[in-house]
Amino acid sequence: MEAEAHIAARKNRMSVLARCKAGRLQELWDGLGLSPVHRTLRGPESGLVMLRGRVGGTGEAFNLGEATVTRASVKLEDGSVGHAMALGRDGAKARLSAIIDALCQNLETAVLIDAEMIAPMRAELERADETRRQQTAATRVDFFTMVRGED
Amino acid sequence: MYVAVKGGEAAIDNAHRLLADRRRGDRSVPALTLDQIAEQLALGVDRVMSEGSLYDRRLAALAIKQARGDLIEAIFLVRAYRTTLPRFGCSEPVDTSAMMVERRISACYKDLPGGQLLGPTFDYTHRLLDEELDGDAEVEPGHQRADAHEPVSRIADILGGEGLIEEDLEQSPLEEPGDINQTPMEFPLSRAMRLQSLSRGDEGFLLALGYSTQRGYARSHPFAGEIRIGEVEVEVFSPELGFAVPVGRVQLTECQMVNQFKGSAKAAPQFTRGYGLVFGQSERKAMAMALCDRALRAEELGEDIVAPPQDQEFVISHCDNVQATGFVEHLKLPHYVDFQAELGLVRAMRAEHAERQAESLPDMKEAAE
Amino acid sequence: MQAEAHMLEGGFAEPVLEAQATFRAVMDAMARPARAVKTGSRAAPPAPLTPLAGAIACTLMDADTPVWLDPRLSGSEAVRVWLGFHTGVRFAAAPTDAAFALIGDASDMPPFDRFAQGTQEYPDRSATLILQLDSLEGGAPLTFRGSGIKGEATIAPHGLPADFAAQWGENTRRFPRGVDLVLTAGDRLIGLPRSARLVAREG
Repeated sequence: MEAEAHIAARKNRMSVLARCKAGRLQELWDGLGLSPVHRTLRGPESGLVMLRGRVGGTGEAFNLGEATVTRASVKLEDGSVGHAMALGRDGAKARLSAIIDALCQNLETAVLIDAEMIAPMRAELERADETRRQQTAATRVDFFTMVRGED
Repeated sequence: MYVAVKGGEAAIDNAHRLLADRRRGDRSVPALTLDQIAEQLALGVDRVMSEGSLYDRRLAALAIKQARGDLIEAIFLVRAYRTTLPRFGCSEPVDTSAMMVERRISACYKDLPGGQLLGPTFDYTHRLLDEELDGDAEVEPGHQRADAHEPVSRIADILGGEGLIEEDLEQSPLEEPGDINQTPMEFPLSRAMRLQSLSRGDEGFLLALGYSTQRGYARSHPFAGEIRIGEVEVEVFSPELGFAVPVGRVQLTECQMVNQFKGSAKAAPQFTRGYGLVFGQSERKAMAMALCDRALRAEELGEDIVAPPQDQEFVISHCDNVQATGFVEHLKLPHYVDFQAELGLVRAMRAEHAERQAESLPDMKEAAE
Repeated sequence: MQAEAHMLEGGFAEPVLEAQATFRAVMDAMARPARAVKTGSRAAPPAPLTPLAGAIACTLMDADTPVWLDPRLSGSEAVRVWLGFHTGVRFAAAPTDAAFALIGDASDMPPFDRFAQGTQEYPDRSATLILQLDSLEGGAPLTFRGSGIKGEATIAPHGLPADFAAQWGENTRRFPRGVDLVLTAGDRLIGLPRSARLVAREG
């Protein structure tokens, strides 16, 4: 159970890190004042991931087309390993995301980073989603039936 | 005889320099930024992503700028760039039912759960040129309506169970789907490989073929069961982590076309479906793709193959505009020797022809006399 | 399963330059069969995968090239994790499904005809076998002729399958189908593409 909760928290963090704007991430990171010594295990490197859909939306998988992704893996002095992968070609953001992922392997640091970085970014992303959802909702057609019949 | 010739380096260099000059155009006009292209010519960018088969808005914007707005040239540039990158792997299949929907309409059901959401559509605009856009007038943000989030159901969920419409296909954990990037095409192709090919196929070609199915070249009688546009999460399985990592969202357009099917010896009459899924907001393309997908299922459904849109070899071999451009445009390359050979041939044939004419002339004179 | 940190270390320090240098070495070795090529680039994979075989893996393999490991290598979880992490390869269950094979113990490897041979139409759909040997010298002498070889070239790698000569003869007869070999030991490699024909020696 604990392992599952840990993976869920890590995935959540990765989802926010993948979607956030690089500038905003750097700004919040600078605010924390951390500068962990780290070594690169892999990357940052850009490459392709084949995006897959399903035939008819639900059937067997098919290859839709590729997307650019950038990934990085780092190791901190205490041995923690962090990984990051996100759509796009931003190597610096991938490296920073991997460092953050590595730092979060320490539970105390994870609490700090979740509170100071992940939570505000998630809230911003959710607000943006909500705005778009409501803008779409405003284009919903409300059908009404005209009065029929012969008076 | 083959004669090698050299030359033209200076002409080519200068042509490229002239291209750069013309691309920039009047220097008193500010240069386009990639952000401007990505933000304000977004559907052109989407087409380049879709047919370039590479989801990266900024690269597509760069390609459009470099190609001076020639989208097929831009698609070519993106395809070429793609080959320089290593493939890290494949995503988990995206779940379009969990899409963050920006538009969803159905022409089959008026009151389907989730409603008809028009989104940012050209439909119902009057197609009158808007002089206002010849400037930078303030544009208001979209209206908002605080709604309870009603789940946006899928078309097959609605008539599901009755057997009136082809059921959702089962997920099979079978082998890897084929990839037209990796293996030379051998016909017949699986539906999975056809869909990959159609998704990056030329919009104009698929549109024309789809149109032809409506006009009777392959009976299909289609309804737009559902069209949805929006963003889906992408996850990539990470072997080192042991779980699928979320890497961000992509915008897709999905079309479920519903087609009448008379049934066959094996199957009762029902509605069948054609499927379209493309990068970005590309409704016309997704619809055309769905029409072509359905037409190409003729053999599977036991229908007679009577028209080009049902012919896999015809559709799939000709839908790629990079291939098509390559072969058509290669005609510009020097064919001096081929042409010399043909000239000789035509001269010889003309001589023969003249000789035959001369031989038959006296006969004709005789006949006239 | 989550990978241990130590299994992830030891990739190329300069991925682009080292991959280019290794590629050059493999290309030279294939263009000049039966002649040892030295390369300075090495990866630092977990044993029993060797630094040179690791470097070749990092250079040639990716997610689109299924690889088969012989029991000696596949027995090491660290090797599998390391290869997966640094190259993205998938592992083939059977030799016939693999584009590459990494062989830790060549003296006990499956026969060449158990690997993908390609087809008459697509002879490129065949396997490239990378063999880790103890030494490129000290074995039975083997003399080759063929494209890229001026006259004849003789090598004496140590640790090949006992019936190598017979197997290679079969491989030559399958041309244009067949497998290609890369023999490695220390910091040197020898290419044996299927076009290299073994010269029969009397006696």
